[in-house]
Amino acid sequence: MSVLGSMMLLQGGGEEGAQAAGAAFEPFVPGLILLLPLLGFLTNGALALAAGRRAATVARVGGEWELPDSHRPATHTLPSLVGPGVLLAAFAVVLVNFTRMLGVELHEPVVVPYWTWIVTGTFEVAVAMQLDQLSMVMMMVVSGVGFLIHVFSVGYMKDDPGYPRYFTYLNLFVFFMLVLVAGASFPVMFVGWEGVGLCSYLLIGFWFKDRQKADAGKKAFIVNRIGDFGFLVAMFLLFVTFGTLDFVPVFEAAPEVLAYGGGLVTAVTLFLLLGATGKSAQIPLYVWLPDAMAGPTPVSALIHAATMVTVGVYMVARASMLFALAPVGSLAVAGIGALTALFAATIALAQYDIKKVLAYSTISQLGYMFLGVGVGAYTAGIFHLMTHAFFKALLFLGSGAVIHSMHYALHHTHKPWDAQDMRNMGGLRRALPVTWITMWIGTLAIAGIWPFAGFFSKDEIIWYAGAAATGPHAAWYTLFWVMALATALMTAFYMTRMMVMTFHGANRTGEAEAHHLHEAPLTMTVPLVVLAILSVFGGWINVPAALHDGWAGLFGVLPMGEGLHHWLEPMVGPATEVRAEHVGAFLEAAPLGGGELAWAAFSTTMAAVVVATAVCLVRGWRIVPATEAGEPTAGLKRILYHKWYVDELYDRIVVRPVAAGSRFLWRVIDAGLVDGIVNATGSVSRAFGLMGSMIQTGSVNTYAFILTVGVVLILAAMAL
Amino acid sequence: MTDIIFYVFAALALAGAMGVVAGRNPVASLLSMVLCLGSVAVIYVLLEAHFIAAVQVIVYAGAIMVLFLFVIMLLNLGHDYHPDLRYTLWLIIPVAVSGALFGLLARQFWGESVAGSGGDAVDAAVAEYGAIGAIARPLYTQWVVPFEITGILLLVAIVGALVLAKRRV
Amino acid sequence: MITEALLLSAFLFVIGVFGVLVRRNAIIMFLCIELMLNAVNVSFVALSRVVGIDGQLFVFFVMTVAAAEAAVGLAIIISIFRHYESVDVENFNLLKW
Repeated sequence: MSVLGSMMLLQGGGEEGAQAAGAAFEPFVPGLILLLPLLGFLTNGALALAAGRRAATVARVGGEWELPDSHRPATHTLPSLVGPGVLLAAFAVVLVNFTRMLGVELHEPVVVPYWTWIVTGTFEVAVAMQLDQLSMVMMMVVSGVGFLIHVFSVGYMKDDPGYPRYFTYLNLFVFFMLVLVAGASFPVMFVGWEGVGLCSYLLIGFWFKDRQKADAGKKAFIVNRIGDFGFLVAMFLLFVTFGTLDFVPVFEAAPEVLAYGGGLVTAVTLFLLLGATGKSAQIPLYVWLPDAMAGPTPVSALIHAATMVTVGVYMVARASMLFALAPVGSLAVAGIGALTALFAATIALAQYDIKKVLAYSTISQLGYMFLGVGVGAYTAGIFHLMTHAFFKALLFLGSGAVIHSMHYALHHTHKPWDAQDMRNMGGLRRALPVTWITMWIGTLAIAGIWPFAGFFSKDEIIWYAGAAATGPHAAWYTLFWVMALATALMTAFYMTRMMVMTFHGANRTGEAEAHHLHEAPLTMTVPLVVLAILSVFGGWINVPAALHDGWAGLFGVLPMGEGLHHWLEPMVGPATEVRAEHVGAFLEAAPLGGGELAWAAFSTTMAAVVVATAVCLVRGWRIVPATEAGEPTAGLKRILYHKWYVDELYDRIVVRPVAAGSRFLWRVIDAGLVDGIVNATGSVSRAFGLMGSMIQTGSVNTYAFILTVGVVLILAAMAL
Repeated sequence: MTDIIFYVFAALALAGAMGVVAGRNPVASLLSMVLCLGSVAVIYVLLEAHFIAAVQVIVYAGAIMVLFLFVIMLLNLGHDYHPDLRYTLWLIIPVAVSGALFGLLARQFWGESVAGSGGDAVDAAVAEYGAIGAIARPLYTQWVVPFEITGILLLVAIVGALVLAKRRV
Repeated sequence: MITEALLLSAFLFVIGVFGVLVRRNAIIMFLCIELMLNAVNVSFVALSRVVGIDGQLFVFFVMTVAAAEAAVGLAIIISIFRHYESVDVENFNLLKW
């Protein structure tokens, strides 16, 4: 909806834009963008506090606290307005700023300072917003998709006693996310970075009375922290080098100050990469994201699909200058991205929980984004970030609708089955038609089939990865390109498998339950439809020039024509130039010497073939409900189902030694040594006291003796 | 001549002192003490302190020792002949300490001979005012306050001794 | 002669100290204390040959105080004797730890 509108505006404002070039960009109260979600947080927080203990009680979706709508207290109805309302208002403000920016050719970012935060010696950090093309794109995605998910949550969380608390955390999350993408310096970005980590913990562990869910929240926070350490070290190195941490001065001075490929810039980029792997769930710090599915499904959609996990990609794109100056760092980014994409895709092939499939799919797609920004195609990475936000949020919300329905049905008949296990589903397309159609659109998008959004973005990344294979480090990039191709095929397969197991075939839930399966309410289906529309048309804003005039661009009918490329050009252009200076403009080359149209046809056809194959294959499987089937026990399937046993590995290597070390420090050092010293001080004093008291013999002669000895000593001292 | 008298009576004083310490019978110790005091009085005379010598004999040897004797008789201690030294083998320790004390004191006194003209002033005063007058003059003029206080002290001592020694209050 | 008198005083003093450390009979201990006071008197008188009449004057006071002290001390010993039926200081050890 929003992107369509802006597409038209860009189209229409083309000529006027050229005339207005040179006019200044006047931001429209940008502070409101941050302030509105914060206000939402405060208001909902007050409502949550007023609701008291009721807001903290655990309930399952489809709930234990069933209250007819007429009896809902104010604390549980107001958040429905405030939560999505502030988001809509924030999105409106962003849109106004965007339209203003459209009419102006902005070459330098506009920094809006608010106040000075840190002043110590030479180190100054101001709280400031940076408005430029990149942050504008991110803000639109965050506030737009965020609004849709808030609306979905109104329906999904309706019967949860913690309703106001949920919106409090959600608004806070959006606030921090906007701080992150709009910050004008590394520390402000880091504030947002940490803040989204905190909200992620709060929201994953939303139903904290369940020990497992609370542990999932803890795991997310702790693993993120390891990444944050990397980010901090990178900040320290940058400060030492540049003396400031604001984006504009650092990136401007970087080409002169940092040696190309030097140790310093490589170190900085590698530490930034560590931070990014923590937040964006790449190898080795991805283990928290599958566990994070313990949170409510809209949370998974917002935080772990569309926004929070993408900050790693945003950070690399923002610091594109640094990564352009560090070929080893960029190689690492691309390598980790490709490896993670492949790795997560293999795991998704064997998962039965619908949310877990989507979680690993997210990790895999994030790998694609990292691959994109790693080879230097920053625009492609951000493009995929945007389209992924659309179709992944759609898929997650769709799965939320499915789970909502399954929960309701199983709850009604008190059947103790897992509502999220796909083996318990089947044939849901008759009961949930809207969900079925919209999720198929999302699946086709993620599989990369023309003309859906995923085709354009994913294909662009694979194209650029292939192009990089003609430049330096050719062997590595060729390997990554092959991995990306394999992952694309696997993605198509497992997503189709998910769709067929859930919606097609015979219904395995049970006869009694089948009557209770019904479509989700309007508040949940409308966002699904909107996101589906975006998944269809969202890719059209960045059709590559080579495809534009051929069949893939509908022979010139598709409007945008590299819109995003031109839009982000001022932001990533300098980095691309630096890269081209040193290694040649390999990104312009064509992999395999082939043309783009041919490649587009080839990849779409391959994806379609896989989808069709999967449909036929999965429909032929005999699927048994979860309680009868149990876990897979044999061979490769068992390894994939158990996620390559990575969690167990981490447990052995990291968690247990640390726990043992802590226990040692506690028992031996703290209780033994430190307490021992303190107690010993007391005991020693007592012993000395006891010895001293033996002087009191009660006999006068002894006292006289001691007196005499004392006199002798004094005289001796005086005489000597 | 005076030297010989001095040494004789010094020896007697020391003998008396050792008798005090080594005496088995309390009465024997006491009588040795009297001997010691008397010898010391003679030495006072040799040192031209005639009044003090007289007072020594009258007050110290005469009154204080008699008081001691009264108490010994009162408590009927005159009969026990048992040795009552505290130490047996470890006697060496008090001996050592005492020896050290003596060494330090002697070292102080041995040094250069103490010389001064005070003695001449004393002799002049004695010649002018007589032995008693030589002491009485400073006593009643310069040192009259300590003198009066001493009087009160004696009063307190008497009352105190009476109260402490009463059988029942 | 002054030096010899001072040495005599030291000797008498040390013998008195030795007696206080060694004897068990309370009255004899007291007697040794009187001996010490006497020794000090000797040194005062000897030094009056050096510093003047003040030496002898001080002896006067010392003797007076010695007398008062003897009276009070013996009174105390008598009252203790009434309690313990002996003057052995080894028995007076209520303040032992």
